[in-house]
Amino acid sequence: MAYLQLQGIEKEFGNVRVIRGIDLEIKQGEFIVFVGPSGCGKSTLLRLIAGLEETDGGKLMLDGRDITDQPSSKRDLAMVFQSYALYPHMSVFENMSFALKLAKVDEAVIEEKVGRAAKILNLTDYLQRTPKELSGGQRQRVAIGRAIVRAPKVFLFDEPLSNLDAALRGQTRIEIAKLHRDLGATTIYVTHDQVEAMTLADRVVVLRDGRIEQVGTPLELYDRPANQFVAQFIGTPQMNIVPAKDLQALVNSTALPVQPDGFIGMRPENISLCAPGKGMLNGKVELVEALGAETLIYVSTDSAVQLVARQIERTELVVGSAIGLHIDVDAAHLFDAAGHITRTGAARETLVH
Amino acid sequence: MANLRSERSKRSKYSPALMARTVAAWAVTLLLFFPLGWLMLTAFKTELQAIAVPPLLLFTPTLENFTIVQERSDYMLYAQNSFITSVASTLLGLMLAYPAAYAMAFFKGKHTKNILMWMLSTKMMPAVGALVPVYVMAQSTGLLDSRTALIVVFTLSNLPIMVWMLYSYLKEVPHEILEASRMDGATLWQEFRLVLLPLTLGGLASTGLLCLVLSWNEAFWSLNLSAAKAGTLATLIASYSSPEGLFWSKLSAASLMAIAPIVVFGWFSQKQLVQGLTFGAVK
Amino acid sequence: MRKLLPRLLLTPAVLSLLMWMIVPLVMTIYFSLIRYNLMQPEQTGFAGLENFEYFLTDPSFSVAVVNTLLLLGSVIVITVLLGIAIALLIDSPFPGRGIVRLLLISPFFVMPTVNALLWKHMMMNPIYGVLAQVWKFFGATPIDWLTDFPLGSVVIMVAWQWLPFATLIFMTALQSMNREQLEAARMDGATYLQQLRYLYIPHLGRSVAVVVMIEMIFLLSVFAEIYTTTGGGPGDASTNVAFLIFKQALLNFDAGVASAGALFAVLLANIAAAFLIRMVGKNLDK
Repeated sequence: MAYLQLQGIEKEFGNVRVIRGIDLEIKQGEFIVFVGPSGCGKSTLLRLIAGLEETDGGKLMLDGRDITDQPSSKRDLAMVFQSYALYPHMSVFENMSFALKLAKVDEAVIEEKVGRAAKILNLTDYLQRTPKELSGGQRQRVAIGRAIVRAPKVFLFDEPLSNLDAALRGQTRIEIAKLHRDLGATTIYVTHDQVEAMTLADRVVVLRDGRIEQVGTPLELYDRPANQFVAQFIGTPQMNIVPAKDLQALVNSTALPVQPDGFIGMRPENISLCAPGKGMLNGKVELVEALGAETLIYVSTDSAVQLVARQIERTELVVGSAIGLHIDVDAAHLFDAAGHITRTGAARETLVH
Repeated sequence: MANLRSERSKRSKYSPALMARTVAAWAVTLLLFFPLGWLMLTAFKTELQAIAVPPLLLFTPTLENFTIVQERSDYMLYAQNSFITSVASTLLGLMLAYPAAYAMAFFKGKHTKNILMWMLSTKMMPAVGALVPVYVMAQSTGLLDSRTALIVVFTLSNLPIMVWMLYSYLKEVPHEILEASRMDGATLWQEFRLVLLPLTLGGLASTGLLCLVLSWNEAFWSLNLSAAKAGTLATLIASYSSPEGLFWSKLSAASLMAIAPIVVFGWFSQKQLVQGLTFGAVK
Repeated sequence: MRKLLPRLLLTPAVLSLLMWMIVPLVMTIYFSLIRYNLMQPEQTGFAGLENFEYFLTDPSFSVAVVNTLLLLGSVIVITVLLGIAIALLIDSPFPGRGIVRLLLISPFFVMPTVNALLWKHMMMNPIYGVLAQVWKFFGATPIDWLTDFPLGSVVIMVAWQWLPFATLIFMTALQSMNREQLEAARMDGATYLQQLRYLYIPHLGRSVAVVVMIEMIFLLSVFAEIYTTTGGGPGDASTNVAFLIFKQALLNFDAGVASAGALFAVLLANIAAAFLIRMVGKNLDK
């Protein structure tokens, strides 16, 4: 039984249909990530679930109750805003206890709950400070603490890490994952960062232009993208997608079952380099990015096709070196002219110890 | 060697250029402030000292003028009227302006800007344009020379500026904080009382202060709509236009008492003045 | 409900302002077209454009218009020029700057009637006034300001009161100047005069426009100073349009003519306001 159910959700701003018919079922305790490019509607969808915007169509069900027409204050949801939205005139303790005070909860109970949440988030020493006196990371934890204290039915996160610097982001990401494991709460998390999506989610919802492109576990989306958009959105660097026409020789020599006006998708790790003439394609090195744990090599083939190859080893290649390319065609994804998947490539092997 | 020395003097805290500027600035300031300063001095002189020729700069100050003016019951009446009309019109104005500013700041529609501009434009019309009808209306409703008429007129005169200023303060409250309170379960009233009001208290105070200053100094309507009963201090002072007998130091004392608090308030509302009276065109 | 609430909240303010605007306007238009004397309210009758004709052909009218424009122009010129000069002078820090600022803006908060009497009795009295003393000190005969230069005296009073406003505006505008631009100009060898001409003045252009427009709007209705000091005289030498209307309404009790005059004053104000509204509107969009 779905804990949170979206049926045919619609939203318009003026004449623009921002959300076009979203159907989604979320199970209790799941960590769902909404991901997508700017303007795809992921934040809007989150705000619709929160009740901060009114839907123009469709139904919203939570734990068996129809909450479509309920105001935010009655939905029993908690939201962590991108800008944290802490009450500047209240102390950390007051921020975290606000909702409970409104619900007329007994003071002793409030103290206990806030104390517990503060301990989990390492905020006990800061309970009397005001948001002004806190660092960005601390403010973020207060925002999370505010949500935890309420023990809501669903946690909503709106790009909570985007205002943090890179180091803090990685750290906080791990803490959020741990929190979810410990509390087991149903969570909807919005981000544009696919690394966060891949690492935090039980299931990922990829959105584009107000529509769901695909829903699945992170690895499902990586190994079995439903279309070109998802294939290129998930995975860094982006999957190489080339029109079949531009790789005609390759298609013929390997008898790839791709439509003549279709596309071939190759992940950088499925492209390896060899000596010129010894591979399926020939080309010249355009750029080398040595990242330490892996090396990315950008190649321009003789027929002017741009490809990125990835290898774990270091390289001696420089810009301008002539090079040959070997493509693992079994792992290639094939798309039709409209971008739908026609053949999914073989996934990577799983290492069993 | 010589270069270093001149460099040092340019970098020193009291370079000649700075001193010249300081002297010039102070000279201009004292010159411009002189009339007010003279008023302040005269208030503490006796009447004879006040008309002394040549004018006295050094004298033993006396407080007798202030006590004399205080004892005159009609001065207290006028002061009371000034106080009541200013405070009442400020409170009334805030009560009318805050909801309107709230609506425009948080429920921005396509007419919001037009309404705001229209409100400002009502302030730009000269008061004299409404003199006859307002006077006639006041006369026919028996409200001539009444505090009520003054309060109504002051409120309406200052309302556009108050709406505008409260609007600009309310706009700066981040929406997300209010949304957070809604998620926390606050009703609209709780959202207002527990979150919005505390956050905008400063803006409310500044706007109120400005309105207080404007109402207190208001002369046009005071002179035309009030006389013996509801007259404000502006009216009282105006009646000294051609008096008989010695009165200068008393007039100074009365004037000083009438303007001192407002000048001080004015010092605190400089920024609001700029924003309010230029309708936001200068920030 | 969502649409209803904001409308409800706006209603009291909008309604009151609407009435404040429309009711007097309609009444003024009505009065301007009838014969209406406040001392004899029973005698009314349609007057057509008679009131307008009377008002406009009154010899005092052209004098009043000229006086209004003179007053307006002089005060604006004085406050803008002096205001910019003072603002430039105190732009960079110096000892006592805070107090200087407070002293400089004080005159603006003085009640207009106090302002008027302060000048009339303290400064301009030809026997005991400070200005008279200063004149005598230099061996000249003191000037009887209010009798010999009635309009000029009013100009002095009003300019003294509004100079702080202009100065404050220009001070605020100068604070927002791009410091790096000034430093670059200085490194390029620009003298102070050159900096003035190419950097400061253009930047101040906008605030000068604002000051001029605001002062136009408020100075059109200068009243208290004239009422308290010269009473419009001698004759009508210091009568402006606002005072003329007042004279017709509350001294001659001719509401009809006064209303005709009022419409004229409103027209004048509208022209000034139109420009200001456009500028404010552009600002609101930012």
